[in-house]
Amino acid sequence: MSASMQEIAERKYKYGFTTDIAMEEFPRGLSEDIIRLISAKKNEPEWMLEWRLKAYAYWLRIEEPDWAHVKHPPIDYQDLYYYAAPAKEAPKSLDEVDPELLKTYEKLGIPLNERAALAGVAVDAVFDSVSVATTFREMLSKAGVIFCPISEAVREHPELVKKYLGSVVPVRDNYFAALNSAVFSDGSFVYIPKGVRCPMELSTYFRINARNTGQFERTLIIADDDATVSYLEGCTAPMRDENQLHAAVVELVAMENAKIKYSTVQNWYPGDENGKGGIYNFVTKRGACLGKNSKISWTQVETGSAITWKYPSCVLSGENSVGEFYSVAVTNNHQQADTGTKMIHLGRNTTSTIISKGISAGKSDNTYRGLVKIAASASGARNFTQCDSLLIGDQCGAHTVPYIESRNASAKVEHEATTSKIAEDQLFYCRSRGLSEEDAVGLIVNGFCKDVLKELPMEFAVEAQKLLSVSLEGSVG
Amino acid sequence: MLEIKNLHARIGEKEILKGVNLTVPDGEIHAIMGPNGAGKSTLSYVLSGRDGYEVTQGEVFYNGQNILELEPEDRAAAGIFLAFQYPVELPGVGNANFLRTALNAVRRKRGEAELDAVAFLKLARAAIKNLSMKEDFLKRNVNVGFSGGEKKRNEMLQMALLQPGLAILDETDSGLDIDALKIVAEGVNALRSPTFAALVITHYQRLLDHIVPDVVHVLSGGRIVRTGPAALALELEERGYAGLEAA
Amino acid sequence: MPGWKLRNMVALPTNKLEAWRYTDLAPLSTLSFAQAPQATAPALPALDMPRLVFVNGVFAGGLSSSLDFAAPFAAGAEDSALPLALLNAGLARDGVVLNVPDGVDAGTILLFAQATATEPFAAHLRHRVTLGQGARLTIIDIAKGDGVYWHNPVTDIALAPGAQLAHYRLQDESREAFNTATIKAEIAAGAVYEHFTATIGARLSRTEIHATLRGEQASAQLSAAQLLTGEQHGDFTSVVAHKAPNCPSRQTVKSVLSGLARGVFQGRIEVDRIAQKTDGYQMSRALLLSPHAEMDIKPELQIYADDVKCSHGATIGTLDENQLFYLRSRGIPEDEARALLIRAFLDEALEPVRQEDAKELLEAAIETWWTRQ
Repeated sequence: MSASMQEIAERKYKYGFTTDIAMEEFPRGLSEDIIRLISAKKNEPEWMLEWRLKAYAYWLRIEEPDWAHVKHPPIDYQDLYYYAAPAKEAPKSLDEVDPELLKTYEKLGIPLNERAALAGVAVDAVFDSVSVATTFREMLSKAGVIFCPISEAVREHPELVKKYLGSVVPVRDNYFAALNSAVFSDGSFVYIPKGVRCPMELSTYFRINARNTGQFERTLIIADDDATVSYLEGCTAPMRDENQLHAAVVELVAMENAKIKYSTVQNWYPGDENGKGGIYNFVTKRGACLGKNSKISWTQVETGSAITWKYPSCVLSGENSVGEFYSVAVTNNHQQADTGTKMIHLGRNTTSTIISKGISAGKSDNTYRGLVKIAASASGARNFTQCDSLLIGDQCGAHTVPYIESRNASAKVEHEATTSKIAEDQLFYCRSRGLSEEDAVGLIVNGFCKDVLKELPMEFAVEAQKLLSVSLEGSVG
Repeated sequence: MLEIKNLHARIGEKEILKGVNLTVPDGEIHAIMGPNGAGKSTLSYVLSGRDGYEVTQGEVFYNGQNILELEPEDRAAAGIFLAFQYPVELPGVGNANFLRTALNAVRRKRGEAELDAVAFLKLARAAIKNLSMKEDFLKRNVNVGFSGGEKKRNEMLQMALLQPGLAILDETDSGLDIDALKIVAEGVNALRSPTFAALVITHYQRLLDHIVPDVVHVLSGGRIVRTGPAALALELEERGYAGLEAA
Repeated sequence: MPGWKLRNMVALPTNKLEAWRYTDLAPLSTLSFAQAPQATAPALPALDMPRLVFVNGVFAGGLSSSLDFAAPFAAGAEDSALPLALLNAGLARDGVVLNVPDGVDAGTILLFAQATATEPFAAHLRHRVTLGQGARLTIIDIAKGDGVYWHNPVTDIALAPGAQLAHYRLQDESREAFNTATIKAEIAAGAVYEHFTATIGARLSRTEIHATLRGEQASAQLSAAQLLTGEQHGDFTSVVAHKAPNCPSRQTVKSVLSGLARGVFQGRIEVDRIAQKTDGYQMSRALLLSPHAEMDIKPELQIYADDVKCSHGATIGTLDENQLFYLRSRGIPEDEARALLIRAFLDEALEPVRQEDAKELLEAAIETWWTRQ
């Protein structure tokens, strides 16, 4: 690659650098021994190891799902590393974190030094298989909020973990959830006690660095009665020629009157313009609105990954509970996305809103797949769904696959979907005002996505807008 | 200065402009009048570089530069501004964002410093005040749900901010009430200077009561068939366009 | 083959197949099929038009008109992978071949299938309808019967450029019967296939249409009304493949469900890379009138061209409270107001039907259904 080509490539994906740091890796491949090693490494109690082994036994028996509108060569699960972590002992405080890691996160725009950190955002930084730092912990614990790596929660708060881990996404939920349950190595744990409004935004920043390593993080967020929390998630990875697997599980639990807002800006390495490399992002995210009047809101901006397979969902059990899903998914070059949501209405007067904006460019395929299910018990339930697709160029595909199932006569379900392209006259209008074609596309696409972007916390919204424009670079002209 | 030499243009197989010759010196305002189907809108789109209009012959120089090879945005940066007959709606795109993005893109190309949000707002607010517009204009999406008059005012606002050297008003008066007409006229008149020229394309004379042109051209059948002083517009108003071909 | 069971012969599609996610044929697979009984004369609808009558799966020549464009059944291979069409191809013994020559307007004909079962039996009729350039035909297609039986007809349609076929179906089978109809239509440039199905009868039914638009301005207008009650299950599945530019298509389904009924609509618009300027539209509206009814909808878009206009809308719910209140505030009792609104919904469903005889017939069928409620 010539110097200028390098420059262009890096402009397109500016998080593609690697961090050179001594790593501890377990041998390649997956076996009971590897799971025992992971569990031992984390000093886990016996019950946790058993839980993992059961998940593994189940995973061995089932097949990878094939219903999504995506194609990829078979994944050799024995060719992956399931654990990779910086070799140094886990730091006791932020001051002990390896300077090389601090530098990495600084470069990613996530300073871990509390003095330099974004005001009002606490960060858990996950590097390959482990959490390397969590900021503002003391301040949060004064408010009674627990925000720590999940490996620590397993040891320090076993009663909460035992009760809720796997309660929303059961081990047997699906192939990747079972795999994650067997081998998850870290992720974040959040508990907001009764009546507490979390004093700052919580955030986890996931970074895959090591080669041939799968990242299997597990996040569990519990908002007790009357609690409120806003949680952000960001992700990046180096540019590598081989595909890497990221199979996460996120579980949210909202009790009475609790509110959880979960925002994701997913910017894993998407592969190059020929479709080489990139992350396989196979993620299971689900929230349970257990209590009356609880609310779970998912907002996602998906621009990265070679393949995205994720359906952040809400199970609305509590009376009057609310589920929301706001999504922007952009695919360019050879990217494939099959993403959407499931809204399962069980309780009375539950409401859900789905706003999905899919943008396909290049030779990519972008699918919205969603389920709205109204159970017989969900009297007075309401759903509104709007999914719009935008095509840029005639080599890409945009697909909409909604499933709508209603078993309650008093429920009301409305669904609308459109597919369109950027109109020539819109482009020309912008260009006649001096915008380049790419800027014009960026502007129009941002307008198309506005209903979703406005749901993001402010710090993220600006970043997301830039990301949209960058992701579509080279898609016109 | 705008110089159009023997301009032929077509849409698909259909030749619309059949040899237009026209010169608009700096500091002057020229009106182009003519019957429906004369090629007035085609001329404005060819000048601003819209796709689908193929120039088969001729040249167009703006300040000495042949602009026919330029992209629309480069023509805008060079100072050409087209006020659309039917301004386009951009759902979800805020007006302020749109204006600032456009202004900074043009400023960049002109080698001027970009404006930050504060400086831009100051400028935009002043321009809005000048045009007797409400400030919520900036918050609304571009032309979405605007009345006909509001859309035209928005065009004038853009023109005021982008400070073009040549404004082309394509039937800007269509569908406007007299108050809105005056605002359009004031917008153009405010820019009058020795370094500003305008081409006012209109079917009716009434706009020219408010923007008094230095020269009036009559476009008919794809050619300029008559050129004269401002009084020519009044004559056309009285006698209509019939019989012009012969003149 | 008296006494044969389906499950011993073929693998029926199960819910594991995506296309059969919402319709379970298990009740069919447990039936034991006997030989079809001797034909008895059916009560034919009073329609003044040429007719082709099938009784218990066999062409009834004595009851049918002689048509110069009709020919007897011809067996043929099935080129699709549709499980029920394949089954039909293997078992079909009768049907009709209609061949309307170029430029001929063949008017309106009645295609009537009657079944009277004393023991369960199955009939796999196979029809082929070919229209030449600019030819026209309207088919009123009625299925009726008594007892337990399975109608599994397949209709292959080929429309030459500019041809117009209007196909109005009334599925008014016995409430113990099964009806699974497959229709495959190849539509050339400028040709129009207009389809309407009223699903009123059968314990379990499915209408599955695959329409392929092969030339510019080819058009598929597919619509249905499903009126289901008791434990009825009705499925309308339609796939429109746009394989040429500038084609319009519509898929609209209205369902009214009471009792424990379950309605299904699966629609798909497929737009090929070359099918620019496609104008595709899907709409499904469902009224649930009882607390135990269920509606499942899957309106799918699969799009590979950028300059297209494709959209779908779906609503499931009960009557609009505002409308109800408005009527009542004008003095109309609640029951009457409800009835008024449901009738309005059903009347709207018949809008796509333009042929007068068909419209009258379907209106009468809906009226009968409604008074039974």
